[in-house]
Amino acid sequence: MRIDRVLAGVLAATLPCLSPAQQDTQKEIERYRQMLQESNPAELYEARGEELWKTRRGPRNASLERCDLGLGPGVVKGAYVRLPRYFADTGRVQDLESRLATCMVTLQGFTPEEARRKPFSGTGAPMITTDPFSGVGQRSVMTDLVAWIASESRGMTIAPSVSHPKERLAYQAGERLFYYRAGPYDFGCVTCHGEEGKRIRLQNLPKMTNAKDAQRAFGTWPGYRVSEGELRSMQWRMWECVRQMRFPELEFASDASIALITYLAKQAEGGTFDAPAIKR
Amino acid sequence: MQPKMIPALALALCGIWVAGCATRPSDSETERAVAEMIKASFKTRGQATVARLNQDDAQALCSKHAGELPKDVSDGIEKAQQATIRYPSSGKLTGDWREGERIAQSGVGKQFTDAPTRPAGGSCYNCHQLSKQELSFGTIGPSLYQFGKQRGASEAIQKYTYGKIYNSQASTACSNMPRFGHNGVLTEEQITHLVALLLDHDSPVNK
Ligand code: HEC
Ligand code: HEC
Repeated sequence: MRIDRVLAGVLAATLPCLSPAQQDTQKEIERYRQMLQESNPAELYEARGEELWKTRRGPRNASLERCDLGLGPGVVKGAYVRLPRYFADTGRVQDLESRLATCMVTLQGFTPEEARRKPFSGTGAPMITTDPFSGVGQRSVMTDLVAWIASESRGMTIAPSVSHPKERLAYQAGERLFYYRAGPYDFGCVTCHGEEGKRIRLQNLPKMTNAKDAQRAFGTWPGYRVSEGELRSMQWRMWECVRQMRFPELEFASDASIALITYLAKQAEGGTFDAPAIKR
Repeated sequence: MQPKMIPALALALCGIWVAGCATRPSDSETERAVAEMIKASFKTRGQATVARLNQDDAQALCSKHAGELPKDVSDGIEKAQQATIRYPSSGKLTGDWREGERIAQSGVGKQFTDAPTRPAGGSCYNCHQLSKQELSFGTIGPSLYQFGKQRGASEAIQKYTYGKIYNSQASTACSNMPRFGHNGVLTEEQITHLVALLLDHDSPVNK
């Protein structure tokens, strides 16, 4: 594991200096993937997440083992590929992170603020140093849990539920938000993810209305980001793209973030889930 | 069947129909949900205030007609956007292409992680090929390599180029290119440097 982190650091440091030709970068990442095939750094997060699920924490000194992620209390296998979904006890459509926050409150007795603290991890050199969620040496319970729970859906078919009226509403609102252009750059998600085969600099942009692209995009998050030496979740991916859009900050586990994820999950329906993956 | 049972049956059927229908929320319901989310799910951070989420006319129209843009809407947007273009009072439309290259390379500006006092870049390479040497370029916009060589540097081309950077939607409604001048991202002077980058004979763009 130590060696992986060193390799990740070296690669992160050298990537920007390499010949900028896209094929080279792509090849480098492929080579790195090969090297990591035996031990994806995400496994470290997954192992910690599994431990945390069973650990008694919070004012109630309780574990999360009775947490209902949609398939019944304590069922983790296959839960991720069925999310986001409507939960009758909260009356909300929830993705994994917002659901985990609910369980941290109801089962472990944390306050909602405590449950949402440090949603994103930051053990490596964080790319965005002013982000209050990350910083050298800061672990995120949420990120660790997400890594493990997602890994328990590896190889399964992405099959979000959109039958309940509120699920349908979240999907439709997510679609509207995808096309919502605003801010000083006039950006909407559609600006960068609306056409096939486009790039920003050398980064390939998935077209989210194209099933194959969406399946690949949705099916590979959470992911271990080589450029950051850090595991990141789908909530983080939304937060980060929204930041680049020059929008105000997207609140962690907010309804807009869940609506966007619901829309993406539905676009990716039928794809094979293969995360936590290794990302650029 | 008793006549008085008909309304009851109709009511029951209606109930089923309404339930079925409720699984597909109406447009107005969706609009309300989105408006609620725009209000509740974002927070001001640094220079990125929540006011940025309020759409101007062009943003609202482009979001609404994201699929296909009707001709009259498109014409209306271009006319209104054309009227916003302010040319430099000096009358000089081109500056220094070296400055222009620096601005084109820089992707900073207007994010809540950017220092508000630092001038924004143009992030042109994020979407365009420009000089031949820079291989790390995006493809959302067309290649601008040899832009000046192909179009020349006449007064009309200078005006078009300045105007495109100032407000891309004056000539292309709902363009994916930001309206750099109109939205206050780049200054008039910065834009003249970019015009030089695109049109100057000595610029790497035209080599
Ligand atoms: C200014 C361009 C831009 C905008 C606007 C944008 N994104 Fe992205 N997005 C990117 C880039 C660039 C990447 C790839 C980053 C990388 O390769 O590391 C990306 C990656 C993603 C991914 C992961 C894809 C994958 O295969 O790993 C998702 C999901 C995503 N964006 C969703 C969104 C959503 C939803 C929105 C609107 C809220 C949005 N993006 C707006 C540029 C953008
Ligand atoms: C988010 C992507 C994006 C960015 C950033 C961007 N552009 Fe564009 N640009 C486009 C698209 C898309 C078009 C085609 C539609 C149009 O003409 O508006 C375009 C068109 C143009 C054209 C017209 C080309 C022609 O054939 O007439 C010029 C000139 C141009 N861009 C210059 C620039 C400059 C200079 C910058 C940096 C300040 C820049 N662009 C930044 C996306 C972008």
